[in-house]
This record gives sequence, structure tokens and C-alpha cells, in this order.
Amino acid sequence: MNKPLSLPDANGLFGSFGGRFVAETLMPLILELQDEYATAKNDPEFQRQLAYFQGDYVGRPSPLYFAERLTEHFGGASIYLKREELNHTGAHKINNCIGQVLLAKQMGKKRIIAETGAGMHGVATATVAARFGLPCVIYMGATDIERQQPNVFRMKLLGAEVIPVTSGTGTLKDAMNEALRDWVTNVDDTFYIIGTVAGPHPYPAMVRDFQAVIGHETRAQMLEKQGRLPDSLVACIGGGSNAMGLFHPFLNDADVKMIGVEAGGKGVNSGLHAASLNGGTPGVLHGNRTYLLQNEDGQIIDAHSISAGLDYPGIGPEHAWLHEQGRVEYVSATDDEALEAFQICCRQEGIIPALETAHALAEVAKRAPTLPREHLMVVNLSGRGDKDMMSVAHHLGDKFGVKNV
Amino acid sequence: MSALQESNVVEESRLVEESSMNTTSRLEACFTALKQQNRPALVSYLTAGDPDAETSRRLLQGLPEAGVDIIELGMPFSDPMADGPAIQKAALRALENGQTQAKTLEMVRQFREQNSTTPIVLMGYYNPIYCYGVERFLTDAAKAGVDGLIVVDLPPEHDEELCQPAAQHGIDFIRLATPTTDAKRLPKVLANASGFIYYVSVAGVTGGSAPTPERLESAVNQLREHTPLPISVGFGIRTAEQAATIGRFSDAVVVGSALVDCIEYASSGDDAVTRVHGLVKELAESVRGCRENG
Repeated sequence: MNKPLSLPDANGLFGSFGGRFVAETLMPLILELQDEYATAKNDPEFQRQLAYFQGDYVGRPSPLYFAERLTEHFGGASIYLKREELNHTGAHKINNCIGQVLLAKQMGKKRIIAETGAGMHGVATATVAARFGLPCVIYMGATDIERQQPNVFRMKLLGAEVIPVTSGTGTLKDAMNEALRDWVTNVDDTFYIIGTVAGPHPYPAMVRDFQAVIGHETRAQMLEKQGRLPDSLVACIGGGSNAMGLFHPFLNDADVKMIGVEAGGKGVNSGLHAASLNGGTPGVLHGNRTYLLQNEDGQIIDAHSISAGLDYPGIGPEHAWLHEQGRVEYVSATDDEALEAFQICCRQEGIIPALETAHALAEVAKRAPTLPREHLMVVNLSGRGDKDMMSVAHHLGDKFGVKNV
Repeated sequence: MSALQESNVVEESRLVEESSMNTTSRLEACFTALKQQNRPALVSYLTAGDPDAETSRRLLQGLPEAGVDIIELGMPFSDPMADGPAIQKAALRALENGQTQAKTLEMVRQFREQNSTTPIVLMGYYNPIYCYGVERFLTDAAKAGVDGLIVVDLPPEHDEELCQPAAQHGIDFIRLATPTTDAKRLPKVLANASGFIYYVSVAGVTGGSAPTPERLESAVNQLREHTPLPISVGFGIRTAEQAATIGRFSDAVVVGSALVDCIEYASSGDDAVTRVHGLVKELAESVRGCRENG
């Protein structure tokens, strides 16, 4: 495998994945964004501002916490949780939003738009838009609005306009289509804050870079705690931004194993899942070539997951490339496995994880018991689960004597 | 002169051209003939398979007689990011009724059994072509009688994907220029362009608001300084009046969402055919007379 840290190439390609498959109307803007970002990346003042907001506003660094009880419960590997759920707004999403809003300001943009699935990216975007005094429009699938009411309310409190998207199945991909339509219509004054490592170049690389703070911190923290690098990294994957943020700084460390966990829904063989790598094929959607859930005629198939944040029929192009290179192992966890791991985390550690994150924990439940205590396993605790109370109550309410939350 | 007689004019002119230079494409022949008539081309957009295969076939077959000069036929896609509600719904209707890439190519093949002159340009997004297989698609499209392709999400940066292979199959790759395409970028956009240039009248999605004719005219004139190719204008053109105004200074006007709306509001397949061909006749009459008084 050659120089994984230097990708994408000048055309935004990771091998054959990625690229800039967008309408001509957007191309000049995308090229401008690419230049602006390249400049900002090497601009000490931009980096200083970014570090300031990541620290005093977001609350970084997030702790790398040794999950003693979870480790005992599974009786194998030593489990560390990278506590991204302790960030302001309760997930890793804000790492990226802070970076992009600073870029938007620098480019003189007057309006922010974003798509959201579970609402965490929407909340993080609405948050930074409020902080920087920019009007904000969030596109959210009507189905997701139904299952993520608390986040819808949070976005509105933060001053964002939340536009329900009813086309398709009313989930994340449809919200992204609608955000792209807004962008192409308001291309002069609008900055589109994409929430994951997907979309046209430079988004996959830019979002990855902003999220890579997770991996950089983890590296330093583990070296400080144990004097060595972790043996494995585990993260859930929808578009794949929290996983890429954790993995990327370790890609050249051949001894660090990486496992990405896709949403298996009702099972990858059931047809009802969101596992693009394990159950999809290469195609072109939302500005990049990557693995997609699609039929043989190239029509996109709706994803299914208990977790709105993983309910996306694609995956970031860099993951597609790492999958084909074999550098990262991509597995899946079903809705039921995620719910089970969700409860274990609540009871063993007193941490209510997001349903997205619970997919990573489900893989830990399978893997940790087979490994020795010396094995250092880091799980990205990418978000907190407060937003999921309604969904969880729907599935587990009877067990707890709760009808509705 | 009736629309039918006019298409004969195009046919004759094409035969003349073909005898002298047998590489002349249907698109070139069409624009040459229309230049002689001093009028713009009327370009219609309909989605293949909308609302169902049989109605769509009848709609397509009747377009030349109703007065269409160039046919754009949409290849439906589940996620049409550059389209407004009208064409989004058209794609869904077609897909729900089982439309596929293979069926769209078959429609063109059948059309060519009756009509060998009216150019057909397939329009859509890259993924269905990519999944069909680029080489296989181009081979089948050329065989079916497709003249050009408009693929919204393939900018010049990705010319090696489809634009260059299409040229090898004798299929024009029609490039989109937009209000955001500045002078610096224009040469790149025009570099591998063929057939005609499609000027997207507004930054936005299909079926949106109409642009002002003044701004459009100056944009079209600017484009002309950089390319000898015919320039068509589309996005937001709905009425005969708009088509005539824009047809005074452009080589072709594209009407899409307004025709697709006729299908949505139709009470039956017959009604859809009547409504669509009715509007086409109105538009055709309007563009035919548009340069006569000034």
C-alpha cells in the first residue's frame, strides 16, 4: 500500500474512488473551495483560530477513558473509549462544523446550509451558524424528523430553519439531494457544510482533516497512558467521518488494526441494511464514486437502520479505497446487536451512547472477549444517546414499562 | 408550412449533406437546415417511461410531427440532484413503472424505425450509465440511433469517463455552460464539446423561475465569441412567448418541466398525449415565427 496519507490526488481521487461528479454550476465554487481550503490548511492564523474554538468552545481534547467495567464485562481486551460524546453538542460532528464555518467566514459566505440524518450534524451546524451569526437552513428527511424530534427542536432553538424533505424515503440521502439543489440555486452566497467524509472533492479530504483531531489526540493519549500505540481501533460508519477521523492518523502504523462497523439493519442478507461496503457495489452519487446500495440498473436503494445517522446508501470514498486495499476491515452489526450493546454500555459504564455508536460497541462485544487483556482496543464513542430516547423506547419501552418518552 | 413539411426540409437537407460528406451527424444536419430557415430549434425534454412505457412511446413517436426539432429523452434516475419537483416526479413515475436503461435504448431503436432524421439526445445522470457499463452503453446507444448525451454530473474534469469514449462511438457529448462558468473556466468547458452547447439559463434546478431575456442574450453572445457550436438555452422556459423571445438570439430553446407537468396533470394516457403534443404545437408555431418581425 503506497502512502495512504498523501491521498487524495489532485483530482480528488482515492484510487478510483472520490472525484468531483457535480453539475457544472457547482464546479467553479468547488474549485474555489479547494483553493481556499489548501490555503487555510497551511495558514497559521486559520489553524490558530481552529485550535482556539476546538479548545474553548468544543471542549477538546476529549478524554481517552479506560472503560474498566466494560473490559471486565467482556473479559478480554482492554477497552478505551474516545469520549467524543462529551464535545459541545454531544458528538464528533462539531469538529468538522467549526472548521467549515471558519472557512465559510473566510470566503465571505452569508448563508449556511446542511443536510442531517440523526440531527447531530444539523445541531452542530446550527450551533456554529449561531455562534458566527450566519442564517442557517437544515434539510432533514421527513422520516428522520419523526424519529429525532428532540434534535429538530434543538436546531430550531438555535435559530435554524429545518426543512422537511419528503422525496424518496425522507431520509439522509434525500436530505442531501435537497441540500445540493439549494446549493446549486444559491451558489453565490451559500456555504454547504457537508457532515461526512463524502461528496465532491475537497469535502472527503477536508472533513477527514477536521475530524483527524480525534486520531491525533488518541495517539498522544495512548502513548501517555500506555507508552505505546493501541492494537485496534473500532468505529461505526454511516458516511464514515468519525471512523476516518480516528483511523487516518494511524494508517501508516501497520500494527494498528482498524475495524469499521456498518449498519447491518435486519441483516446484510435481508436487503434491509445500510452496509454499503458489505452489501453494495461501486457507483456515482452525491459528487463521488464510492460503494453504494443500488440495483443492477444503477438506481439507488434506500438504506435501513435503526440509527438515523447511519441510514445512508453510500460511504465516504476513502473508506471504499481502504476497503479495496484491505487496510481497514469493514464489518456490520444488526439493529438488534446494536440495541443489546447500547444497553450494556448504559449499565456497565453509566454512559448512554448514540445508537450509531452502539454499532461500534456491538463489534467490541464480539471481538473483545477473544483477545487478551494486553490488547489495547480504542472505540470511538462518537455521540451520546439522549436524542435516541424515543427510538429506544419504541424498541425496548415494554421491557422498562415505558410507553413513550 | 406545416411541421411535417418542415421535417421533410430537414430530411432533404440532410440527404444533400450526407451525399457530399457522409460524416454529417443528425444534429449538424438539423442545425444547418434550421439556419437556412432562420429559426431556432425547438428541443423537448421528456423522461423515458413517464408515465408508463406505452404512453411514453406514443409521446415520443408524435414529437416530430407536433413540431419538435431535437428530442431530449431523460434516463430516469432515483436521485436527480439537478432537477426540480416536476422532473423528480417524472423519474419516479417511470421507475415505478419499471423503466430501465435497456428499455430507454429500446425506445430509441423503435423510434428510429419510423424516423431517421430527428436527433435524439439522452439526458440524465452518470450512475445508471456507469452501472450499465460505459462501453456497452455507448455501443448499444450508437446502435439504437442515439445522437448525443447530456450527463449532468460529469464536468470536464471527468472527460475520460464518458465524453472521450462517446466521441469514439460517434456520439456527441453536449456540454453545459452555466451563469457560474466564468471566462477563465469556459475554455475547459468547451474543449471537448460537440453537437451543441447547452446554456443553463439560471443557477438552479430544472423547472425554476425564468431568467430575464436581456441577461440571457448577453450570456449567449459571450458564448458565441468562444465557440462555433450552436447554442441552446434551457431551464425555466415554459411558455410559447418565452420560447419565442429566447429563440430570437439562441439556436435552440429547450422546454422540459412544462411538458412533464402536462403528464402529471393528465387524467389518462390519451390525455397526456393530447396535452403534451398540444403544448409542443403551440411552442413550435411560436419559435417558427419568432424572428420574422425584427
